[in-house]
Amino acid sequence: MKLFDLKGGVHPEGNKDLSAERHIRTLPLPKKLYVPLQQHIGAPATPVVKVGDKVLKGQLLASAQGAVSSSIHAPTSGTITALGDHVAPHPSGLPVPTITLESDGEDKWMQIETVDMPFLLRPEEVAARVAAAGIVGLGGATFPSALKLNLSRNSGVQTLIMNGGECEPYLTCDDRIMRERAVEIVEGIRLIAHAVDAKEILVGIEDNKPEAIAAMQAAAGNSEVKVVAMPSMYPMGSEKQIIQVLTGMEIPAGGRPADIGVLVHNVATAFAVQQAVRYGKPLISRIVTLSGGAIKTACNVEALVGTPVQELIDFADGYAQPAARLVLGGPMMGQQFTNTNVPVVKGTSGVLALLASEIGHAEASPCIRCSTCVRACPVGLLPLEMAAHIRTADLAGAVALGLKDCIACGSCSYVCPAHIPLVHFFNYAKGDLAAQERSKLKQEATKKLADARNERLARIERERAEAAAKRKAAREAKERAAKEAAAKAATETV
Amino acid sequence: MLFAAIISLTLLGAVLGLLLGVAARYLKVEGNPLVAEIEQLLPGSQCGQCGFPGCTGAAQALAEGNAAVTLCPPGGVALAQALAAKLGVEADLSGVADKGPMIAEIKEEICIGCTRCFKVCPTDAIMGAAQQIHVVFREACTACGKCEEVCPTESVKLQPVPVTLQSWYWNKPRAEAA
Repeated sequence: MKLFDLKGGVHPEGNKDLSAERHIRTLPLPKKLYVPLQQHIGAPATPVVKVGDKVLKGQLLASAQGAVSSSIHAPTSGTITALGDHVAPHPSGLPVPTITLESDGEDKWMQIETVDMPFLLRPEEVAARVAAAGIVGLGGATFPSALKLNLSRNSGVQTLIMNGGECEPYLTCDDRIMRERAVEIVEGIRLIAHAVDAKEILVGIEDNKPEAIAAMQAAAGNSEVKVVAMPSMYPMGSEKQIIQVLTGMEIPAGGRPADIGVLVHNVATAFAVQQAVRYGKPLISRIVTLSGGAIKTACNVEALVGTPVQELIDFADGYAQPAARLVLGGPMMGQQFTNTNVPVVKGTSGVLALLASEIGHAEASPCIRCSTCVRACPVGLLPLEMAAHIRTADLAGAVALGLKDCIACGSCSYVCPAHIPLVHFFNYAKGDLAAQERSKLKQEATKKLADARNERLARIERERAEAAAKRKAAREAKERAAKEAAAKAATETV
Repeated sequence: MLFAAIISLTLLGAVLGLLLGVAARYLKVEGNPLVAEIEQLLPGSQCGQCGFPGCTGAAQALAEGNAAVTLCPPGGVALAQALAAKLGVEADLSGVADKGPMIAEIKEEICIGCTRCFKVCPTDAIMGAAQQIHVVFREACTACGKCEEVCPTESVKLQPVPVTLQSWYWNKPRAEAA
């Protein structure tokens, strides 16, 4: 198959051999699980359990709220011991509403409904089962999958692209799941295609994963699922980039893949979809890569959602050397954290403990305008110019240069010879713009409230005056009538 | 020749003058339109924190150049920038950002349910009734501080808006880079 060119991109050292040959092992059952109510893009789920409730594995803990949201299920059987705040798997380290579940050690499943002939389900039923299972995109963006299926079915999708790029260094969780669970993944892919009625199915896998390509090709056989080897390059696994390489089409600025008739899902999501549709199993665990120079035994584990990261690190025999930085996800786009009590969530693809030599931190020096970042940017932006505008607080100028099209892949920061934290500038600017937007919306809303109040006060005043005038008129009429009556009586007596 | 020039110029002057006079009369603009446009931008809660009598007064002062674009605390940085853009001036944001967005909060244990704050709130952001604990709707509060002034027990206090996962974002990298 003909592949299309992609401009930009970088070739960071893969370091995937640390964990790529390690079979997926299941983590021992943790005693306590911390299940955050928000593990997806959109509104947090609303708890449907109380403290003290006994729950079975797979039981609904919190249900989706509003248009964009996802349900949360019990990762194991046990007792709910708290509904409260727990540290979030997020660089801010802020607390988030979390359900604490104490496992009873039995790991007993609830009654689940299996479907023997999943391809006889109507597309809407497939999407409904995916929604009920609380599946979100496992590539890292954690967008609710059922919503994506419904949107794509309604807008008509031609091509389904399955993302097996896994371009982030160190991470091998998708590689392993494709090698070990290819048959289930292919069935999941065909179910997704069935749900959106896609005409063409492409599975893009980077050519640094030959075993995964072979396993997927064997599982796909001569079905409509086509496995394509792509050149290894970062950020090949980004949605926009994989579409560009496989189809030659580009998503318009501010648009979605559905705008050009494409739907992209991660291969691990396909596995979760197959488990949900065929076996009725909700998404309660995921494969996590444990790696980095500071980890003693790099490996891949299947961890329950809510497992404290410390238990994963202990499972990997702890640290070989003190870690300079802990990262959730990959080293390019992952989020650093410090508190190892953070839980594994649906979007946690990796836990990395990196050495100082691996993070390559250096003091920033002034920009020499070498434009290396321009060549590295896979979107075709001018990172150096955008950063210069942001530095001088001219966010509008950065937006005019395409800040909103930046995918925050970090390629520019990676190649910058002056070590300027370019992507940090862009993340800050996007956050600040969003905050400004929020405050503008709030101001518009409060202005309406203030106007409504002023109007109400004026109306009350007016009504009061009218009522007083009416009373006065009535009183005067009464007095007049009395006077007239008195006058009449007087004339009559005369 | 000279005579013709004088006559034509006089005529021209008279006609144009007449036109201007008529235009001034029939196309007259009531008040300064800029004031209305600025008022549209302001929160409209008439809180008076800027020191002017309500948002109309503030808009008047801004239009005349007698007030800084950073005069409105509830509006914050976003409003200051919008005003600066409207008036075509540079916004000096040094004084605005450091306080950060605020919000009124009621300490329930010392609220006596007097309804005073509820009556003065310009955006109906306080819910309450006599002898009942009052509560603030965060989404509607503009941090104008009127409630703080009238509270007899100091139960209402302006607090910084709590940072949540939804509102948190990366700080700005140090300025010397890039």
